[in-house]
Amino acid sequence: MDAIFLQFLNGLDKGGAYALIALGLTLVFGTLGVVNFAHGTLFMLGAFCAVTLRKLLTLEQVVLDTENLTAWGTATEIRTPYVEAWFGDFGTMLVDYSVPASILLAIPVMLVVGVAMERGLIKHFYRRPHAEQILVTFGLAIVLQEIVKHYFGANPIPQPMPAAFAGAADIGAALGMEPNVIVYPWWRLVYFGFSIVVIGAVFAFLQFTTFGMVVRAGMADRETVGLIGIDIDKRFTAMFGIAAIVAGMAGVMYTPLLPPDYHLGMDFLVLSFVVVVVGGMGSLPGAVAAGFLLGILQSLASMTEVKAIIPGIDQIIIYLVAVVILLVRPRGLMGRRGVMES
Amino acid sequence: MNSIFSMSRKDVITFLIFSAVVLLMPIWLQPFGAAYPDLMQKFAIFGILAIGFNILFGLTGYLSFGHAAFLGAGSYAAVWTFKLFSMNPIPALIFAVIIAGLFALAIGYVSLRRSGIYFSILTLAFAQMSYNLAYSVLTPVTYGETGLQLALDDPRIADAAFGGGSDVALPVSNLFGMVNMNGIPGFYFCAIFLIIGFFITQRIFASPFGMMLRAIKSNQNRMSYTGFNTRPYTLTAFVISGMYAGLAGGLMAVTDPLAGAERMQWTASGEIVLMTILGGVGTLIGPVVGAWLIKYFENIFSSFNENVLHNLFAFLPEGIEKFVVEVTSMFVGEGWHLTLGLVFVLVVTFLPGGMMEGYRRIVDMFQKKDDGDGKASTKSDAATAPAE
Amino acid sequence: MSERKDGPSRRKVLKGAAAGLVTAGVAPTILTSSAFGQEYRNKPTGDTVTLGFNVPQTGPYADEGADELRAYELAVEHLNGEGDGGMLNTMQPSNLKGNGILGKKVAYVTGDTQTKSDAARASAKRMIEKDGALMITGGSSSGVAVAVQSLCQEMGTIFMAGLTHSNDTTGKDKRRYGFRHFFNAYMSGAALGPVLADEYGTERRAYHLTADYNWGWTQEESMKNATEALGWQTAEAVKTPVGAGDFSQYITPVLNSGADVLILNHYGRDMVNSLTQAVQFGLRDKQVNGKDFQIVVPLFSRLMAQGAGDNIKGILGSTNWNWKLQDEGSQAFVKSFGAKYGAPPSMAAHTCYVQALLYADACERAGTFYPVEVIKALEGHKFDGMGNGPTEYRAEDHQCFKDVLVVRGNDNPTSQFDLLNVVQQVPRSQVEYDASIFGGDLGPYEV
Repeated sequence: MDAIFLQFLNGLDKGGAYALIALGLTLVFGTLGVVNFAHGTLFMLGAFCAVTLRKLLTLEQVVLDTENLTAWGTATEIRTPYVEAWFGDFGTMLVDYSVPASILLAIPVMLVVGVAMERGLIKHFYRRPHAEQILVTFGLAIVLQEIVKHYFGANPIPQPMPAAFAGAADIGAALGMEPNVIVYPWWRLVYFGFSIVVIGAVFAFLQFTTFGMVVRAGMADRETVGLIGIDIDKRFTAMFGIAAIVAGMAGVMYTPLLPPDYHLGMDFLVLSFVVVVVGGMGSLPGAVAAGFLLGILQSLASMTEVKAIIPGIDQIIIYLVAVVILLVRPRGLMGRRGVMES
Repeated sequence: MNSIFSMSRKDVITFLIFSAVVLLMPIWLQPFGAAYPDLMQKFAIFGILAIGFNILFGLTGYLSFGHAAFLGAGSYAAVWTFKLFSMNPIPALIFAVIIAGLFALAIGYVSLRRSGIYFSILTLAFAQMSYNLAYSVLTPVTYGETGLQLALDDPRIADAAFGGGSDVALPVSNLFGMVNMNGIPGFYFCAIFLIIGFFITQRIFASPFGMMLRAIKSNQNRMSYTGFNTRPYTLTAFVISGMYAGLAGGLMAVTDPLAGAERMQWTASGEIVLMTILGGVGTLIGPVVGAWLIKYFENIFSSFNENVLHNLFAFLPEGIEKFVVEVTSMFVGEGWHLTLGLVFVLVVTFLPGGMMEGYRRIVDMFQKKDDGDGKASTKSDAATAPAE
Repeated sequence: MSERKDGPSRRKVLKGAAAGLVTAGVAPTILTSSAFGQEYRNKPTGDTVTLGFNVPQTGPYADEGADELRAYELAVEHLNGEGDGGMLNTMQPSNLKGNGILGKKVAYVTGDTQTKSDAARASAKRMIEKDGALMITGGSSSGVAVAVQSLCQEMGTIFMAGLTHSNDTTGKDKRRYGFRHFFNAYMSGAALGPVLADEYGTERRAYHLTADYNWGWTQEESMKNATEALGWQTAEAVKTPVGAGDFSQYITPVLNSGADVLILNHYGRDMVNSLTQAVQFGLRDKQVNGKDFQIVVPLFSRLMAQGAGDNIKGILGSTNWNWKLQDEGSQAFVKSFGAKYGAPPSMAAHTCYVQALLYADACERAGTFYPVEVIKALEGHKFDGMGNGPTEYRAEDHQCFKDVLVVRGNDNPTSQFDLLNVVQQVPRSQVEYDASIFGGDLGPYEV
């Protein structure tokens, strides 16, 4: 029972990540009708916002120590981070909290990246076949990740979480159960909470603002909205920017769990498409629901007890679920008729 | 019968030129540094793969994202035939095509119940399941990470019965003990299949069946409203293109007897899609060109290391030489992916319709210049402007 | 890239094709005759000899591949008598004179394995068929090593494996033309076992997380055998998909399994991720069965340690070599590598450098490039001064036998490279095994 509860928790935080990525992807699908193979790369770029900020914060003053030589005969370097030298304790704290602080960097950066991508390239592809959208966005994804590889290398770069959130919370004890049985890392709980907040914010934005209303109307029937004289294109550009921000923030907060490397985006690409399609094309609630559903099922399928019955089930569970759902419900969980069906 | 064997003059010329280009590869690829057996074999094999994929995608518009599964299935089938039956490539290829066809029939039967992106994701899901299982729990059959290879103690029933093969060295695939399937003969063996495959595709494109598939592409709903069941047609196209992939997989095993699970990964499926779009979806030659281009980048661009560049630009003054080498090295060697990505973006942005579109425009340009003077040049200007 | 495609009118194409057809009958014979006219493939005829360096340049192991390439470039420099000579000065016995190999200057070509069997074989074939490479070396995974090794057997080209740790490479998939300097999973287990017993006692329950492919399995099996021989129990051994990314669903069951040691049979990114996440679950702060919970990573590399950051501190594992070794050979190598590139070499770089030198030395001893003679010169060859003490290339399986290092993540690194401390240099005798236990067949000399 404890084991199942723990796996359920795992599913929630995994599902949170899936849902966040799928949410942005669906925004772009639903509003712009573009199959964006560069969406995973946006997630990766977000993660590298965190890497960059940490690099900047830990820029070091290098003093050469000619007394001590390295094994290859050059002077050793004594390094002190500038931030600590300048701000003392506050500087230390800033370095400690570099990951959450990176969100402040990621929002403007991802907005610029998103808008530039849309205006510079993707807007030319709205009326082009999906196949060409795939080729251009995939090409773009490769270019972006190769640039990141050029500057940051191919090795993963660790991003520690703030010290206050390191370690695990004893949830079992907090709920009045036996201590040390249900423990869960603080940062994963933070990530789950964060994903709920972001998902909530996106929904609230679409539901309660005029801007959101127009966008929703545009998603349902683009032409009519255009006919009544609303400049829907401008709003769609903004939506692309928002989708990029959502993906970027999801990437930032994920870095302590998964040391990022340049290839991170491609690893999430296929998965996020499966999530979106299982949720149903063009449906935001569908994307979120599918994200959590697949996250939880994947966790449960990984249990030794389950694997003993069906060997290798954890390798294929995501795809198996996708097949079953698409066969039972032709348009995924909540998809609408006619979206991306031809 | 008449419709199958009567070809239009244009088709005959295209076919002859195509055959000549393929067969003369060892000559015209020389200046590009690509005229060595392995790459030419890959050109032929991936050409077959792309042509087959185009029968499905180009004609019906169904975008399969799991075609690599059939390639892998074909490879495994061929290597197992080598191991158990004979090193002759013919039975191996027959078996590879049959297995891939059956596999395609099963996957296609299920996936074609849906269309559009739902279909794509279904094929992707099946292929990824095949890959993940082949890499892990199916290792007794597939040999997982290290790949399925020949071994000295393989039974090879037929070969043993005819007393062929030695007991010391691993055998090489050969045609009735006469022609070994590596090197240049291996290339010609593959090239013949590419030409046959091209011919069949040409016939399919021109046949009523091909017209039917195109009709399905242009409006499936209208077709089904008229009470017409499109699925047998799309399924046939799916199975045919799966068999092409199986043939390609089989040939990969023939020229190089190893079958690895990576051949089934989504990136491999994606590569097939990219080849086809890059060359030109729905055109006869486009997918082949796309396949050649990507394989060329993968094998040749990746081999330019800084050492090579330094030699190449040695004629420049030292400072400039260093700068030029530094800039170029971002795009070749370990940076060949970057170039590939840029090519994708540029080609699809400026040449909607892929490389074949570029070819068509150039041909148009020449033809219009023949027509007259002033009028034609404005037209060709319009044609070369980026499409938006 | 489209030079050919902007074709002129159809007529011109036809003309060209007709002209080509005339020569078509001739061309293949030209090509094949040049390939078979020699007594062996790619026999060097000019004043240079070409080696093929096949390393991952794209994909997850690109950094490791880049380091391997740096090592090869250094080796070429040293073989040609440039630079400070590195291990050429410490190698015992050495027939290398710093004038290339057998008087021919060493040239090289490179290729990208992409850490995929097909791509690795394609680029090896390119180097052999097109660039005339006489020997292929490099790589960063066992899948690639096994695939390229069997290709080289077919082609009659010697393959000096780079980083490959699976028992299979010199076990069930061994080949006459393939040689491995790197250690393997069996040796990791045999070296780690006694150290684990010393450090953590003999009454432990181990939980294995294992990458679900060939290397992972051999690693798990070797670790199980080694620890169970000490009296440890195995609580559970769970296979995890390669590239899983998030391992939380595999780590939570460890918490209440009653195990007090977690053994991570992962490599590369899998290892970086699983270790990072296991530490986050508070495993290292746990007390189980009255003992401190421990994590063990059987195969360590410095590049991976970099990726795992602080999580690596205090964790035991094994490596083939470490730049902090104090012997003469290692010092000489670190000195010339560091001077050239500003960073110490990784263990992958070390094994690749050594392999290049060993091949060159074998050619010198054989007095020819003829692969059969070179193979015979390498088989059973004993040498020293290359970093791991006295070493032998065992003739039965082409596996090098030498000391293995047990290392621990450094608690107080003095630089970004100072991530691992050597705990013990486990003597060769302790990690040796009988060549027949893994089966396999080397195959013939002549192909």
